[in-house]
Amino acid sequence: MTRAWRWLIPLSAVPVIALLAYGFRVNPRDIPSPLVGRPAAEFTLATFSGEPLALESHRGKVVVLNFWASWCYPACYEEAPVLERNWRAYRDRGLVVIGVDIQDTAEAAQKFIRQFGLTFPNVRDVDGKVSIEYGIYGVPETFFLDRQGRIRAKHVGAVTDEVFRREVEPLLSEGASATTPTGASARPTGADS
Amino acid sequence: MIPEIGYGALIVTLVLAGWGSAAAAIGARQGRAALIESAQHAAVGVFVLVTACFALLVYAFLAFDFSLEYVASNTNLGTPFYYRITGVWGALEGSIILWTWMLALYTLLLILRHRENARDLYPWALSAMLGVIAFFVLVMTVPAPPFARLSPVPADGRGLNPLLEDTGMITHPVALYLGFTGFTVPFAFAIAALATGRLGDAWITLTRRWTIVAWYFLSLGLLIGGWWSYHVLGWGGYWAWDPVENAAFMPWLTGTAFLHSVMIQERRRMLKLWNVALVVLTFALTLFGTFLTRSGVIASVHAFTQGTIGAFFLGFLALVVLVAFTLLAARWDRLKAQGTVDSVISRESAFLLNNVLLVAAAFTVFFGTVFPLLSEAVRGVKVSVGAPFFNQVNVPLFLALVFLMGVGPLIAWRRASMENLTRNFLWPVLTGIAAAAIVWLLGVRSALAALALALTAFVTATVVLDLVRATRARRRMGESLLPALGGLVLRHNRRYGGFLVHLGVLVILVGVTGSHAWSVQTETTLQRGESAELAGYRFRFDGLAGSEESNHFKVSGTFTVTNGTATPIVLRPAKKFYPRDSAPIAYVDYRLGLKEDVYLVLGDFARDGSHATVKAQVNRLVSWIWIGGLVLTLGTLLAILPERRSGR
Amino acid sequence: MTRLIVVAAWLVIASAQTSVGQQAVPINDREAYEIALQLRCVVCQNLSVADSPSEMAQQMRAIVRERLAMGERPEQVIQYFVDRYGEWILLAPRRRGFTLLVWLFPIVAVAVGLAVTGLVVARWRRRAEAQRRPADLTIDPAIRERIRRELEAEDG
Repeated sequence: MTRAWRWLIPLSAVPVIALLAYGFRVNPRDIPSPLVGRPAAEFTLATFSGEPLALESHRGKVVVLNFWASWCYPACYEEAPVLERNWRAYRDRGLVVIGVDIQDTAEAAQKFIRQFGLTFPNVRDVDGKVSIEYGIYGVPETFFLDRQGRIRAKHVGAVTDEVFRREVEPLLSEGASATTPTGASARPTGADS
Repeated sequence: MIPEIGYGALIVTLVLAGWGSAAAAIGARQGRAALIESAQHAAVGVFVLVTACFALLVYAFLAFDFSLEYVASNTNLGTPFYYRITGVWGALEGSIILWTWMLALYTLLLILRHRENARDLYPWALSAMLGVIAFFVLVMTVPAPPFARLSPVPADGRGLNPLLEDTGMITHPVALYLGFTGFTVPFAFAIAALATGRLGDAWITLTRRWTIVAWYFLSLGLLIGGWWSYHVLGWGGYWAWDPVENAAFMPWLTGTAFLHSVMIQERRRMLKLWNVALVVLTFALTLFGTFLTRSGVIASVHAFTQGTIGAFFLGFLALVVLVAFTLLAARWDRLKAQGTVDSVISRESAFLLNNVLLVAAAFTVFFGTVFPLLSEAVRGVKVSVGAPFFNQVNVPLFLALVFLMGVGPLIAWRRASMENLTRNFLWPVLTGIAAAAIVWLLGVRSALAALALALTAFVTATVVLDLVRATRARRRMGESLLPALGGLVLRHNRRYGGFLVHLGVLVILVGVTGSHAWSVQTETTLQRGESAELAGYRFRFDGLAGSEESNHFKVSGTFTVTNGTATPIVLRPAKKFYPRDSAPIAYVDYRLGLKEDVYLVLGDFARDGSHATVKAQVNRLVSWIWIGGLVLTLGTLLAILPERRSGR
Repeated sequence: MTRLIVVAAWLVIASAQTSVGQQAVPINDREAYEIALQLRCVVCQNLSVADSPSEMAQQMRAIVRERLAMGERPEQVIQYFVDRYGEWILLAPRRRGFTLLVWLFPIVAVAVGLAVTGLVVARWRRRAEAQRRPADLTIDPAIRERIRRELEAEDG
């Protein structure tokens, strides 16, 4: 071995350290969803009063699909008022918020709904099938669907007014009849988290 | 008051450790004994102060002093007494103080043992130890302060992570940290050897016992961690290849390699460079482990909270690796060993192969652990690297290592003659083949399991053969059997201690093989009074009971397990509901056995107790893993006994 | 408050049982288990769906069994989850494209290790031989010649 070679020993550690340092920039708990850009899966689930609610019946509206649970503290408790406020603000422009309560009990969930005075429709995913269909790995997670029923963005963690406005405004202004470019406009999720 | 006293004491400790480190180095360089003396005093002071800080924190836990943020986050009025003590090291800040205390303790022992017998190396080693301590104390004063004040003082704390309420959690971190910190001593001596240029065998001889002790505690920590995982986490396994398990396993692999390669240096004056590199690598990997668990960079079950602490650890890791490897490169010429060997078939080759495989395994585990980061950096795609990957790639390496475990101790140095080979290996090889044939006839169709058991038989046979021959030789000299055996083992305690450790590893291997190849499980929902069957066991669901415990609510199911004619046993797996946690904690119930464990996990249940889902497992040979741990302990004790060379 | 949360949690679990009650018949238990071993439990870290005691994992196991019962092949069942969660859900990365790297690494590591060891051992052997030869050279050439001749005589 020539003498210069030996300096490669300390140098070889540099890329490893750099890679580990890169680790500070990523959040291991933020997993991009492959569903963004694809049509949202249809489902029909029962609301708390027992009537069936089909996602399809809201086609033509911008749908904010929020997965939550009453035991998810504090994130779900932070975002519940945000969802309610924005649903009231945007409903007249053709937006609907649908809450999907997962891994929860009817009693606890209904108490949660009463506590925050939620007026948007909420359904229960009792057997977890819809959660898995949407690739949920925690609560809360929120999908933003355009008027064609396509998933355009996913947000992990509590939704804020800022997130809501940023995701929803462009979808609302797309108009009901306009055909939207598919996958191309989909953007990565969780850029702000 | 406690926060201020603790914080003040840590600042003084930091100053003392920093001074001691510098003084020892300068003293060694300029040959000023007074400075070295001063560094020694500083080290004693550091030990006293860290002990006091640790005691102070324990006191704060016992006294429920919620003015300390750390106490408030990790205990509450309902936490049982013992868990208030273990709660001290149940989270980030306390784990660092425990770590630092152990480093200080090792430093003290180092002073006591080596002040006289290693005059050249000792001051540098002391300097390195105190330098490492200074870093950890720095961590406690800036990014992870255990004595941070919480105001306003809450009426009650948040409570300990319920998974940590287990006796395994009392011992697991203690053993693991004793292992991790223990490797600092050989590292410190390696640095001393690099600094002084005395790269001969002195540092190896001095650190032999230290290394064995560190290695043993690390092994013990891993085993207790496995036991904790097995009986607390409720997933029926003991090793999940979680990043943090990997982080503890990598230094174990390189440490094991080091334990073996130093024998070549002791015996043949070879591999000097390699040994220094290995010990630096091992120490760096222990730091990498702390970085991994405490930075939140890689998701893991054990991950502590995130914060600036990750950057501290990475910075220190970078510093250690770069400085040590630069020193290594600078001393390259002196480290180049004048090795000789007469034949490829020799003990040297067997040990080299052992090192290649162990280090390759360590690199593989490392690469797999950081690969998700690499994938994200290069392609922006998140991937997982988990148990199926690690099992597949490591099993061939480990089986090859087991084979070498049989070859290494008996093959001749320099050159193995045909006669040496047949004499030592003919019978063991035949035993191995016979074992494979027997397990095949017994109906084992897993080639992997058959191979693992055949190798186990082979290695066991080499050990037995060696013992039989040596005992026979002594008996010919007129000794009776037991004194002959005892005298032999005690006289060559290093050799036979090593053999015993090998046997312990083999027993563990049998357990791992059995649990992977033959465990069965099922998951069913049972009505009350209904039974299910698994591997000859009948499980009858007899109902549910709820009870309020000191800090949680527990729902346990009652299952009566019968197995043929044996008396029925009652198992009560449960779910524990802690107020601070969203999800309940599974509480496993089991009956351990030499051949198999019956292991029940309660799943969902009806509130009225009419039915419940249960995951039932019959785990084969798992107890062998824990028994192997005991054998390993005995072997280690034997190996570190003072040598008795009087008879030679 | 504590009591309340505890009771709430109790109810969480109690309500979920409805989903599992339907899965009384264990179909393809071994096959379902093998598939679940390959999938990451999404709510835990680094445990497989097969191993995790969590509710979500239990629901995912139910889906695995259901899809197998519908006649899907194991690859299709796994693909179902990959389509929804991404490659992240696979505990063993696929052996193609970029992730092939992680599979090749151990082979490369062992190969490099063996090559280096081979070179080192070869050098040690050469040195051992070289050390033996100079010893020969110190012998007086005349004596060496005699030894050579005597050896030849013996051979002949």
